[in-house]
Amino acid sequence: MKNYIKYMALAAVVLTACEPELDNPIDEVGFYTTGEVDLSNYVAVGNSLTAGYADGALYLTGQKNSYPNIMAGQFALAGGGEFPQPLVNDNFGGLLAGGEQITENRFVLAVGEDGNPGPARLAGMPTTEISNTLTGPFNNMGVPGAKSFHLVAENYGNIAGVSTGAANPYFARFASSPSATVIQDAVAQNPSFFSLWIGNNDILSFATSGGIGVDQTGNLDPSTYGSNDITDPNVFASVYSQMVGALSASATGGILVNIPDITTIPYFTTVPYNAVPLDAATAAGTNQAYASYNGAIAQYGALGLISAEEAAARRINFQAGQNAVVILDESLSPLVNPADGSQIPLLRQATADDLLVLTSSSVIGTLADPSDPTSVLGVGAPLSDQYVLTTDEQAMVSAAQTAYNATISALAAANDLILINAEAALRQVFNGGIAYDGGVLTSVFATGGAFSLDGVHPTERGYAYIANLMIKAINDKYNATIPVVNIGNYNTITVSNDVN
Amino acid sequence: MKKLLFVAVFTLTVALSYAGGYRVALQGQRGLAMGHTGVAYVNSAELAFFNPAGLVYLENRLNVSAGMSAVFSDVTWQNEMFGQSSQTESGFGTPFYLYGSYAATDWLSLGLAVYTPYGSSVEWPTDWAGSHLVNDIDLEAIYIQPMVSIKLSDKFSIGGGPIFVTGSVNFNRNANRTSTDIDGNRSNITIDDSGVTNWGWSLGALFSPTEDFRIGAHYRSEIILDSEDGEATFSNFTNNSGSPIVVNPTTVIPSNGTTGFKASLPLPAELTVGLSYTFCDKWTFNFDLSRTFWDVYENLDISFDNGLESINPRNYKNSSVYKFGMQYVANEMFTLRGGFYIDESPVQGGYFAPETPRNDANGFTGGLSVNVSEKFAIDASFLYLRFEEVNASYDYYQENGQNVPFGGTYKSSAFIPGLGVTYKM
Repeated sequence: MKNYIKYMALAAVVLTACEPELDNPIDEVGFYTTGEVDLSNYVAVGNSLTAGYADGALYLTGQKNSYPNIMAGQFALAGGGEFPQPLVNDNFGGLLAGGEQITENRFVLAVGEDGNPGPARLAGMPTTEISNTLTGPFNNMGVPGAKSFHLVAENYGNIAGVSTGAANPYFARFASSPSATVIQDAVAQNPSFFSLWIGNNDILSFATSGGIGVDQTGNLDPSTYGSNDITDPNVFASVYSQMVGALSASATGGILVNIPDITTIPYFTTVPYNAVPLDAATAAGTNQAYASYNGAIAQYGALGLISAEEAAARRINFQAGQNAVVILDESLSPLVNPADGSQIPLLRQATADDLLVLTSSSVIGTLADPSDPTSVLGVGAPLSDQYVLTTDEQAMVSAAQTAYNATISALAAANDLILINAEAALRQVFNGGIAYDGGVLTSVFATGGAFSLDGVHPTERGYAYIANLMIKAINDKYNATIPVVNIGNYNTITVSNDVN
Repeated sequence: MKKLLFVAVFTLTVALSYAGGYRVALQGQRGLAMGHTGVAYVNSAELAFFNPAGLVYLENRLNVSAGMSAVFSDVTWQNEMFGQSSQTESGFGTPFYLYGSYAATDWLSLGLAVYTPYGSSVEWPTDWAGSHLVNDIDLEAIYIQPMVSIKLSDKFSIGGGPIFVTGSVNFNRNANRTSTDIDGNRSNITIDDSGVTNWGWSLGALFSPTEDFRIGAHYRSEIILDSEDGEATFSNFTNNSGSPIVVNPTTVIPSNGTTGFKASLPLPAELTVGLSYTFCDKWTFNFDLSRTFWDVYENLDISFDNGLESINPRNYKNSSVYKFGMQYVANEMFTLRGGFYIDESPVQGGYFAPETPRNDANGFTGGLSVNVSEKFAIDASFLYLRFEEVNASYDYYQENGQNVPFGGTYKSSAFIPGLGVTYKM
């Protein structure tokens, strides 16, 4: 019997030894390596893109799939450290201040009663109260809405300034003190590695608002800027260089990300300039209504008060089929009607070079004056400035973007940091897309997979694509072997009819 | 005692058997201890499973064998490219058997067998990387078979009978790789059905040139389990309306709730031929070759009553198991056994699905019987199933009409101790 027990003990040993073990398990120390860089304390600094903002809101699953968190998850396979983020409370995404909702809930794709899908705000009361401040430090220092100079601005996280727009409600939740700057809180963590992706909002708020702001190039005092203005490139260069210096102090390496071209994102590429279908009779009737305006423009052209090109551009003409929308363009020459001294309207029809913003799709074809059936927006009545980014406005955006990116490239080279060319990467997503195991990732609104339903921010899959670009760049530069993620495993947009 | 130790070591190192697909080859502790052989091995009521034709040769009037095995199986998986890894929760199943035979005359025996030759229990961590293929599955089939065994001559007998099968299935997996509810909980579907029944049969023959040398063959028919009354539960979809949300023809969000489903699962036919040779009084050698006709398992397609369907090609191929066993009667009290088998997987390249992650394996078996009295014995066996590490993938999961492979490196093992009793009078 003693021997029997001995054999049973032997069998037990055999049993535990029978757990299947792979020859080269990936969870063994040293399987993945970080090479010449220390990824134990990665700090990500930036704006909404870094925070994981998507679908017009900051919500939990978006934050969990922010590109820095995806990267940190892969870093952890090579011994990287924890990556705390200032998580919101829920997946509605809206913020509360004193119980009042101050930002909207996230978009979902809802199928209306007509069977047509479209983005709509998710119904429900959010629970993220900004006065419930969090205790950090947080490795994800992405602050939705932040422009370059905001990251070095004191009191940007002071809750007292939120209602006046002087402070940021997202940063107010997790700033270490009301006066602390974003960059101070980042640097205080002594990052061993950092990423910095900032400057998008310095042009984007101007662009998404259809250029209603001011191009502040030449104005070196950002405290005088409006929220939809373009930041002066020298202001950008100054604060950007300051931030790179501060973050580099403790870091063994870092990533700088440049600014994508707004013409490659669906917010500006989804609504066509010629979105108005008309039959021949309606076109003729509409032309009749514009007959006196067209006559006046022709006369000003003949008199040489405006160029022949401008006269041609300002002539309104509809025909059967798809027609370009009528827009208000403040860059046209002001003209006065000599008969009564009134301003001739600054009208023209859009061209393929004008960019209609995503939000214009909900107003084109509606009545400017509900009692006037001829006031169809885009046809009988012009689309106002906020819905159109004209070629002149695009040129301002592009000039600033080019200048910012030159600064970013130069600072990356000067400080021996990785430069992630997000501009080129998103252009590739826009032009042809990125193949993955379940299809092709493109910039097509709602169905392309790369962009969320706000048309500006990536989906989880889009962020995973960006994370992979950074991981590959780290592997290349520092001889690391961090595995990429499979972007096919990341979600895109969410369908729900539970909407307002 | 020295000799006993030697044999024990032999059994520990040489023992080897289980089987590919969702076949669970654990139908008798004595046979299992000898590499799951027994088509020509006239020893106990286990013949009711291995070959009914042999029952008529049993010396006693009444023979009963019953037993149960505890299956501890693990599968570990990793994908180096994406840094993903996972391991199944330690599976634990308890296949059982109960056999009886009664010698009505010297040329006719009657028998009854209850056994569980097919089944699968695999539980991956919920939402693991392959959760769009399986989170967990529990499949059971109980065979109940009355039989007759007829001695046609001194040297030749036949046996067989109808088989009644009752099966159950519970299978959960995520709807796809990405869908979630608003809070990020993965959309998933569970199908559940039990009491699925059907009929089959088996027929065996045994040729005994001498009492010490026998050759046997046994065929068990294919049985298809058609599940029609089960329940499918859709969970964590962003739709509680009771009807699907149709975004476009390829994007349909089903409603949470339950619906019916239809699916078919084949329990393939199996043919075994083999021999048994007893020499030097105390030694017996068995060899069996089993061929399982897995090619009937072409796909696992599930059509739901809410209009959705799930197409899952399997495309199994027929496979063989080569089994060897030895028995040594040490003394009146102890009989020692050992065995080995080579188990070919029916899974073809590109069809390695993690709900039955089985590649080729070697089975090492061992065991002993303790004769407590002349009538009563306790039978113990164990099986260690050793799999090679394998790089494999399942390539026929589709998204947007495109095949999306899921693969990596798998390694499985199974350790299966079993205990049974034999009674004869």
